[in-house]
Order: sequence, then structure tokens, then C-alpha cells
Amino acid sequence: MATAHSRTAARLMVSPAVILLLIWMVVPLGMTIYFSFLRYNLLTPGTSFAGFDNYYYFLTNAAFWDSLFNTIALVVGVLIITVFGGVALALLLDQPMWGQGIVRILVIAPFFVMPTVSALVWKNMFMNPVNGMFAYIAKSFGLQPYDFLSQSPLASIILIVAWAWLPFSTLILLTALQSLDREQQEAAEMDGASIYARFWHLTVPHLTRSITVVILIQTIFLLSVFAEILVTTNGGPGTASTNIPYLVYAQSLLSFDVGGGSAGGIVAVILANIVAIFLMRMIGKNLDA
Amino acid sequence: MARKSENSHKLVVTCLAWTIGFLIFFPILWTVLMSFKSEADAIKSPFAMLSSAWTLDSYAEVQSRSNYPRFFMNSVVLSIGSTVLALIIAIPAAWAMAFVPGRRTKDLLMWMLSTKMMPAVGVLVPMYLIFRDFGLLDTRTGLVIVLTLVNLPIVVWMLYTYFKEIPGEILEAARMDGANLRSEIIYVLTPMAVPGIASTMLLNVILAWNEAFWTLQLTTSKAAPLTQFIASYSSPEGLFYAKLSAASTMAIAPILILGWFSQKQLVRGLTFGAVK
Repeated sequence: MATAHSRTAARLMVSPAVILLLIWMVVPLGMTIYFSFLRYNLLTPGTSFAGFDNYYYFLTNAAFWDSLFNTIALVVGVLIITVFGGVALALLLDQPMWGQGIVRILVIAPFFVMPTVSALVWKNMFMNPVNGMFAYIAKSFGLQPYDFLSQSPLASIILIVAWAWLPFSTLILLTALQSLDREQQEAAEMDGASIYARFWHLTVPHLTRSITVVILIQTIFLLSVFAEILVTTNGGPGTASTNIPYLVYAQSLLSFDVGGGSAGGIVAVILANIVAIFLMRMIGKNLDA
Repeated sequence: MARKSENSHKLVVTCLAWTIGFLIFFPILWTVLMSFKSEADAIKSPFAMLSSAWTLDSYAEVQSRSNYPRFFMNSVVLSIGSTVLALIIAIPAAWAMAFVPGRRTKDLLMWMLSTKMMPAVGVLVPMYLIFRDFGLLDTRTGLVIVLTLVNLPIVVWMLYTYFKEIPGEILEAARMDGANLRSEIIYVLTPMAVPGIASTMLLNVILAWNEAFWTLQLTTSKAAPLTQFIASYSSPEGLFYAKLSAASTMAIAPILILGWFSQKQLVRGLTFGAVK
């Protein structure tokens, strides 16, 4: 079917996408690598070769280790909430009930809320220590209102981000559950397998792959959480809620340190690639099937 | 007897699911309710707020003070512009990869996916400088280009998974019946490809609408979409709850409605076809 003629045509059809993505990949990244070896500040004229100084300063800065820890805490915290919550919710929504479609719509909604909106709504209407809903609840029980974003900023941001991502994991796991073989379930039930045995030996193995997909894809997105931090805490107090993307932004666009920011950017790329390798393998395997 | 316990199980599940669904949805519901209150009522205790008078004042205020329509139009132009551009580039590519797969097609797809793994901060500095030097900062053109490139891999992948499901035999059958390439495309392939293209478009509009890294970094006012508009409420205007709520409601309503229609596509698009 594929003739030499159609092969040439196919190549022509693919090339615009490939060339554009290649440029998008190579040019800015090449520039980042180049800048990362320069002493280059937008406020002072001229540049000079810096060797690995930028990397040295970036990696030995206490803020880097704080933000590396925060980045990991944010990713792991959100993953724990969304994976366990997602499995539980998906199992619940898979049961027969009245108004399933509507519940599904309610649960999925937060995913479509833009990050700046969800962060501000949580920050002001719920977590605000004076007028927020949580403060009212605390006061009505006679408790002192808790200032979420200044007393535990990272945990609060984890909560906000997890709220936005819980629908994603729920939806994917629910889709996976619905493709579970009902007959197999019924056969196991007839053979006297308990509900727990069925859950551990049929449902869990069936969900494993989807859970892996959820973890890997969310990790990619969660490694670059930015807007939520920008509008709630600005990375503070101190560096208590600064993650690596925010640190790079602060260094390059707030302190105009192009060299240092670029070195940070490369560090972020390396970290993301470690995760990406696993993801690519997963999806690559799936492509063969 | 069995019937009865089945029904009571269903009742328990229903109550539990509705409660959880309501709690998850509550922040959105609360925002919408608050947007119809006056500023003074919005900071009252929750019950006092609910029973206070309803008003459209906040909407009027947001419109008159912040030039909301411009931000809205920017969001529309950016999300639809970048989606259409991405589709124009991606449809031929996905088409060729699905119908004329070569030895390297799989590697090519994986490579496209890998570009998506690059964290945006990795190229923040050069992109900012390129934009500054080419006068693209705070322009719609610049952002449409960036958003197109950011989402292009997802668009190619999604289209590819849809196109692959079109059976190749149908083409051969059409050819046997004497169809030439043009009528093959117009009468056979296009009708089968349209649903996939529409789904891809829908998901991509949503992703572009909510994109909040590049839109925040590369715009300030002229080309700023709704993400930036809302971010401007971060302080101290965020304390005007009713106005913040009205602005937020207007920013999320269109996409929330679109989103509800796209649940299936979302799963497929965001897992790159790994979960269908």
C-alpha cells in the first residue's frame, strides 16, 4: 500500500511539525545552556565567561536545597492525596447510584478551573484568617483561626493543587475501572471469592497500569507548579513555599540574573528528565501493545 | 430480600457520593454564589451571606473598572488561535504517521512526547529575551506561537490515536470502487476523522485557556488573558470578595461548560492514549 510516492508525501506532511518542535527544543535550550556559563545580569552591561560558577552558586545556595525539598514535598504530597483519594472516589463512583452523571460532573469540575482562580479562591475565601470560611468554622467552635498560608504555606499549596488534580486521577481511574471485565468479577464472586479478595486480586492489578500513568503524568505537571505559588505566597515566607520553577523565575526575572537563572533552569531540566525517562518507557511499551 | 439490600446499598452509595461530590464542588459553588452578593455581605458569616440580598453589582463593577472584555477576548484569541494553528500543523503529520507508518514513526512520536517533558522554566530566560528582542512581549502573536508549540505534541498524539482507529481497509475498498485520492479524502476519510479532530480541538482549547505559566510570564496588559487578569487580584484587591468572585466566575464559566463535554477526550489526550 505504501509506495515510494506516498512515502515522500508522508515525509512532507510530517516535516513541518518536526521542524517546528526541533527548533522549539534546540534553540531556547541551547541558549539556556550557553547563558548558564556566562556572568550575565540584565542590570549590568556586558557578559563574561563564568565556567561552572553559576551552577556552583545555584547549587550551594540554601534556597536551592529548600526549594528542592519543597518541590519534592509538593509532588509527593499531591500524589499521595490524589492517588489514594482517586482510587477511593473512582471505586465509589463505579457503584450503581442515582444521579451518577451529575456527581461525575461535580467531581470533575475543579480540573477546569484555571490555576490562578483556584489559588485565589482558596486563599481568600477559605484560608483567609479573618474572613475565610475556615476561620468562621474555627471561631464557631471557639477555636483560634489558623493562618494557613503563613503558618503552613507549603501544606496549604499542596491542598490547593491536590484539589485541582484529584478530578484528573479520579477520572482516569474511573475510566480504567469501567473497562474491568464484569464477567470475570462475577465468576470470582460465584466461586466464593470475598469482596476483599476480588479487590486485591482483580481490581488492584487491573488498576496498576493506570495508577502508574496517573503518577507519571501528574509528576510532569506538578514539577512545574508555578501560578498557584505566585498568587498565594510568592514563595514565602522566606523560602518556605518556593519550588524550583519559582526559584528560577525569582532569580532570572526578579533579580535579572540571567546566568544564575539559566543554571537553575538546566538543573530543573535534568530533574524533569529523570522522571521523564520512566514515563517514556511506560508509554512506549503501551504503544507496542 | 436480595433486592432490598441491593437498594439500600444503592442508597448509601448515592448519599456518600453526592456528599463528596458536593464538597469537592463547593469552592466553585461558593464563588458563584458570592459573586451575586454585595461587598459588605460577602464578608459576613456564611449563613448571613446566603440570606442577604442578591445583586449583579459586582459584575457591573468588574466590567467597568478592569476592562474585562479585553482580557476575555485575549483568552479567546489565544486559545482558539493556538489550537487552530496547532491543528493545521498536526493534522498532516498525524495523518501521515497513522496511514503511512514508517520504521521511524514510533521513535518520532516518542521524541515529540519528550519535548513536552521539558519544564518551561528550563527555557524561561531565553524565551523572555527572544520575546523582548523581537518586540513580542505582551503581544498576542508571540503567545499564540508559544502556546501552539507547547501543545503541539499533545495535539499530534491525540490525532494520531484517533486516526489510527480508522480502518485502512476502508481506503482500499474505496480505491477498488474507483475513488481517486481527492474523493477518498473528501468522502471517506474526512467524515471519519472529524469527531477525533473536534475532540482534540476541544481539549486543546481548554488546556490553552488555563495555561498559566507562559501567559503570566510573557504578558502584562495588552495581550494578557484571563489568567493574568485574575492574578492581578492577588493583592490587595483579592480582599474584595464579591468582585474577585465575579471575575473568577466569568473566567471559569465558559471552560467549565466546555470541559463537561470533554471528559472522555480529557482522559485520552492527557494520557497520550495510554488510557482510553
